[in-house]
Amino acid sequence: MRHTLAVLVENNPGVLARVAGLFSRRGYNIDSLAVGRTDNPAISRMTIVVEGDDRVLEQVTKQLHKLIDVIKISDITADEYVDRELVLIKVNAEPEKRGEIMQIADIFRARIVDLGRRTMILECTGNEGKIKAFEESLKPYGIKELVRTGKIAMLRGSRYTNINSNGSKEDD
Amino acid sequence: MKKSGAQILVDCLREQGVDTIFGYPGGAVLPIYDALYDADIRHILTRHEQGAAHAADGYARASGRPGVCLATSGPGATNLVTGIANAYMDSVPLVAFTGQVVTSQLGKDSFQEADITGITLPITKHNYLVKDVRDLARVIREAFHIATTGRPGPVLVDIPKDVSSAVIEYEDPGPVNLPGYRPVLEPSAEQLNRAAEAIARAERPVIYAGGGVVYSGAHRELRRFAELILAPVATTLMGLGGFPGDHPLALGMLGMHGSKYANYAVCECDLLIAVGVRFDDRVTGKLESFASQARIMHIDIDPAEIGKNVRVDIPLVGDVKRVLSALIERLKAKLPGAWQEKIQTWKKEYPITYEENGRLKPQQVIREIYRVTKGQARITTEVGQHQMWAAHYYTYTRPRTFISSGGLGTMGFGLPAAIGVQVACPGETVFDIAGDGSIQMNIQELATAVNYDLPVKVAILDNGYLGMVRQWQELFYNRRYSYSELVNPDFVKLAEAYGAEGIRVEKPADVRPALEQALATSKPVLIDFIIEREENVLPFVPPGESLDRMLG
Ligand SMILES: Cc1ncc(C[n+]2csc(CCOP(=O)(O)OP(=O)(O)O)c2C)c(N)n1
Ligand SMILES: [Mg+2]
Repeated sequence: MRHTLAVLVENNPGVLARVAGLFSRRGYNIDSLAVGRTDNPAISRMTIVVEGDDRVLEQVTKQLHKLIDVIKISDITADEYVDRELVLIKVNAEPEKRGEIMQIADIFRARIVDLGRRTMILECTGNEGKIKAFEESLKPYGIKELVRTGKIAMLRGSRYTNINSNGSKEDD
Repeated sequence: MKKSGAQILVDCLREQGVDTIFGYPGGAVLPIYDALYDADIRHILTRHEQGAAHAADGYARASGRPGVCLATSGPGATNLVTGIANAYMDSVPLVAFTGQVVTSQLGKDSFQEADITGITLPITKHNYLVKDVRDLARVIREAFHIATTGRPGPVLVDIPKDVSSAVIEYEDPGPVNLPGYRPVLEPSAEQLNRAAEAIARAERPVIYAGGGVVYSGAHRELRRFAELILAPVATTLMGLGGFPGDHPLALGMLGMHGSKYANYAVCECDLLIAVGVRFDDRVTGKLESFASQARIMHIDIDPAEIGKNVRVDIPLVGDVKRVLSALIERLKAKLPGAWQEKIQTWKKEYPITYEENGRLKPQQVIREIYRVTKGQARITTEVGQHQMWAAHYYTYTRPRTFISSGGLGTMGFGLPAAIGVQVACPGETVFDIAGDGSIQMNIQELATAVNYDLPVKVAILDNGYLGMVRQWQELFYNRRYSYSELVNPDFVKLAEAYGAEGIRVEKPADVRPALEQALATSKPVLIDFIIEREENVLPFVPPGESLDRMLG
């Protein structure tokens, strides 16, 4: 099963290497990992999608906790959350095909962010399913290049994954 | 007040109560060595950085205080790596300082640059590269805090030369504040109640005790706990001394080279109480059949150990000493019954013995060392057959008296570790029980022992083989002794060349006089015991087998 972890870390040099090294060393499978600063510049947030059964997940969480730079881990898989990924796709777009491609973009609420003589770059955000469908729809035209950010996620409603007032490490 | 980085380091070490460091100088640590020149800290110059790391490790294991080592950048730092990995595997509080090239040269493959924080990432509890001298004091305080609290472990602090030489107006960084680091020491009441209930209900309990007992200082609590519930106690290699080896409830070691009665007890128990252990494969053998009739209770300070290798029915996260104390309060004394009787029968039926044939046997040497030291010596070991004989034939009754490389199994550990132990315990007798192969991996440290008048005794059980390798080749590779036979130097002459005393023993009758002679001098002494060449360590559970399938 795939789990989505929200991990708050101290924004220290090497923290990404520590997390990535832990996963590879212990043989855990990362599906995706996205990282960026939070509203507090000293703290970064990682969204890690990891594949494994409950036992593996328990180990992943505990081993992550052992990293001194890791402040908090939340497995939000079972909760209501919003997840998004952004993809940029450069696709073949001969003038006679552009209309069709623009229609596809419309359907997916994607944006055209660059127009070359024979190519277009489209930008699309959404959850994994949407991104996948979007990619499939563009495939017939010939995808020249594709880059995606990896998934980021946030709990819905008033619940949040943040450092609580006393700043202690916990998982919920 | 103005201070250099090196001065800050020295002051922080003093503040941490460090009295001794083990190190080796070089270009990138010259500012630090200059500050050490007139510092109130003893520096032991080992003859190899690996020796410094192991000595600091031995110092820490014997004293319970953090061990400190220091090396220069590049090769100095990489020479520490085995020692750091060794401390990591055995959860030893070690703080390693390394010099580094100046910050402007970092990442340029500069002379003697090695990315030591990168290299040691998977073998340290945490590590730091200090790029700004203003961070140095904070980092050093954090390093000692992390190394010594929770589950102990090594921490490395890498200090570029311009950082150690920079002079700043010093400001105290205040107490350690690590939001991501809060070890759990107190067990939860709910877990304790469940555990107490399970213990009360158990009919055939066995305690499986490891290094965590020794490190948390819980040997008295363990004894009271075992006596209260009348559970026999099997220890791991790391746990030897954590429970008195001469106690009626003692089962000795379990696992691959465990006693038969310890392994039988584990196979037949209905409750296995694991205390400060990590279910290493050398202990469990085939996992599917390990303690297969038992519910498993696991007491450990590291939550990540719970359920890592085996399913655990009753977890108890916390400091072993506090957990045991809390359990004792909740438990009533048990009465002896069939289980206790069965254990005693097994102990009588399957004692650990060897065959005497008039030739010099390694087991006899260890027994004699035990007798002449009245069981009061601190024993370190190298790795191999001699290590297992040292575990079986010397009886350890106090914690921190058996010091051996468990998790990493590092040949070359014993001599430098003995040096660290002797520094931590002046006036005590320290023996390195060594193999003829292992001793040559850090033999240069004899010079250190002589240099600092450290009267360590080295007992080489000289079988002319990499004996443990030979034993496996004998048993599993049809006696094809591929590159396991040794051509050795004259160890007696070698000892003498270093300025130590050397003695050779070839006959059983000469063992005791040689040991007495060794103890009579305050010099380091090396005794070369020429032992039966193809003696095997028994009993022996072949790798991957169930614990009750013992050879011998
Ligand atoms: C650094 C290192 N290299 C290799 C090994 C593998 N190894 C384990 S025991 C052993 C033989 C040790 O020989 P010796 O020190 O003579 O001890 P004996 O088994 O003969 O008592 C070897 C090579 C090891 N444990 N450590
Ligand atoms: Mg040998």
